Amino acid sequence: MTKKLVRPTEDPLWLKALLGAITVGFIGILLLLPLVLVFKEAFAEGVGPFFEAIVEPDTLASVRLSLIAAAIAVPLNSLFGVAAAWCIAKFDFPGKTFLVTLIDLPFSVSPVVSGLIYVLVFGMQGWFGKYLVGHDIHILFALPGIVLATIFVTFPFVARELIPLMQDQGRDEEEAAATLGASGLGTFLRVTLPNIKWGLLYSVLLCNARALGEFGAVSVVSGHIRGVTNTMPLHVELLYNNYDYVGAFTVSALLAMLALITLALKSLLEWRYADELAAVHRL
Amino acid sequence: MSAIGLKIPLPRSRHVLPGFSLSLGFTLFYLAGIVLIPLLALVIRPFELGWDGFWAAISTPRVLASLRLSFGMSAFAAVIDSVFGFIVAWVLVRYRFPGRGFLDAVIDLPFALPTAVAGIALSTLYAPNGWIGSLLVPYGIRIAYTPWGVLVAMIFIGLPFSVRTLEPVLGEIGQEVEEAAATLGATRVQTITKVVIPMLMPALLTGAAMAFARGVGEYGSVIFIAGNIPMVSEIAPLLIVTKLEQFDYAGAAAIGVVMLAASFIMLLALNGLQAWSASRR
Repeated sequence: MTKKLVRPTEDPLWLKALLGAITVGFIGILLLLPLVLVFKEAFAEGVGPFFEAIVEPDTLASVRLSLIAAAIAVPLNSLFGVAAAWCIAKFDFPGKTFLVTLIDLPFSVSPVVSGLIYVLVFGMQGWFGKYLVGHDIHILFALPGIVLATIFVTFPFVARELIPLMQDQGRDEEEAAATLGASGLGTFLRVTLPNIKWGLLYSVLLCNARALGEFGAVSVVSGHIRGVTNTMPLHVELLYNNYDYVGAFTVSALLAMLALITLALKSLLEWRYADELAAVHRL
Repeated sequence: MSAIGLKIPLPRSRHVLPGFSLSLGFTLFYLAGIVLIPLLALVIRPFELGWDGFWAAISTPRVLASLRLSFGMSAFAAVIDSVFGFIVAWVLVRYRFPGRGFLDAVIDLPFALPTAVAGIALSTLYAPNGWIGSLLVPYGIRIAYTPWGVLVAMIFIGLPFSVRTLEPVLGEIGQEVEEAAATLGATRVQTITKVVIPMLMPALLTGAAMAFARGVGEYGSVIFIAGNIPMVSEIAPLLIVTKLEQFDYAGAAAIGVVMLAASFIMLLALNGLQAWSASRR
């Protein structure tokens, strides 16, 4: 009998089948089933109730509030990310590694703690509580608090993508432009920005998804006033706790669609512009 | 400005490029205002009553039970994520099959899906009348509204960390090392356990540490499925929220400080792990 030659690193077929089945099963049950359930429950009573749940005034108010919070938080964090990446990637100064660690810090802080810190600063018993009450300034349980919490949880997204990307790209091009007499802004707009545009778009996309979907941090500072300070994820909680499952899963379906669009665009960018993203995304 | 529009760097400037002070100044200002000063407010709050006050707030049975649940279950979840993350990463990196790209993209779903959505979906799935929960009822297994529900949510939220840290390393080590081991007479099992897994160790631990850190602090995806029974299935972040609702700011801050300290330790451990894996490249 002749034995078929097999590459020593090639897994036997039975093992491939077994590991493949575990992978498909695990991803299917753990990740895909919840997603399928969201859409099934949203349409549980048909298409009519789905659209009725969307146009419900409190739901629309929550969509509007989420969009406003993201529209403030994402540009601010993008500006910060570009500034941080510019000084860290293009200049040398002591304490740089420590600064990068500090920028990453909000990712390792629990969302609830992220909300809590603003309660301790602006709350009734907080640092500025008495002053704010005296001057009738509302930060907690109002838009500013929600925006602050959203900024905190999405703080590192743009910076941590652009820092390694701009470090990889070096400073030669910018230095050449500056030597040839380009202004600082001109150098940034014509040399740096074209180099980082896909990385910037990539990180803004992820930052935006998190900003619209943040729950824990915003939940602590929002006050849960229906139709006023409830963002979309908070509205999901409220509807679910009121046993309005169609409503809760309808708003969830909107958020899930946002997540799916984000994932699709993210995969597209990783596939099409891999060379222009930070090296960690290149496989 | 000179007549020909050429900018001559000032003699005292060490940099060719402009904007250093502006960008660093804005970075530090924003970092301090949004992150550092508010975190300081948290760190000093519980100590207004001294160490004894801090300790009194932390050492109540309910707080200790919630910390034990959060840390214990997320460690358990990190182990499960590492095992399945290894299998998933192996299949996605080594095998070629239709639908691979789709499965790979789906791994990031827990990052992209808002946690409240994941929370109500998992809770509905694993409830006794849910798609998965109803299959387990005949065997007397209950997941939703028990500590096991907490575990399921933490496995869900942590999986992308282990897969995403393993994939690039697994792709990088390539099959030459394994071929070398095989040529030298190692069996396949020996190659995997003595060559591949040691090389993956930094990535495995990094992924596990990230999944653990995320699980400890996780709120949205856990609270719906947990049932939130004090002393049984109440996680530490939820207890912070409960204490805030009772206006016990110092008590909430005390738990917050413990969780923040844990985040710091994990961050340091992760930096150490990164240095270790970089030194092995």
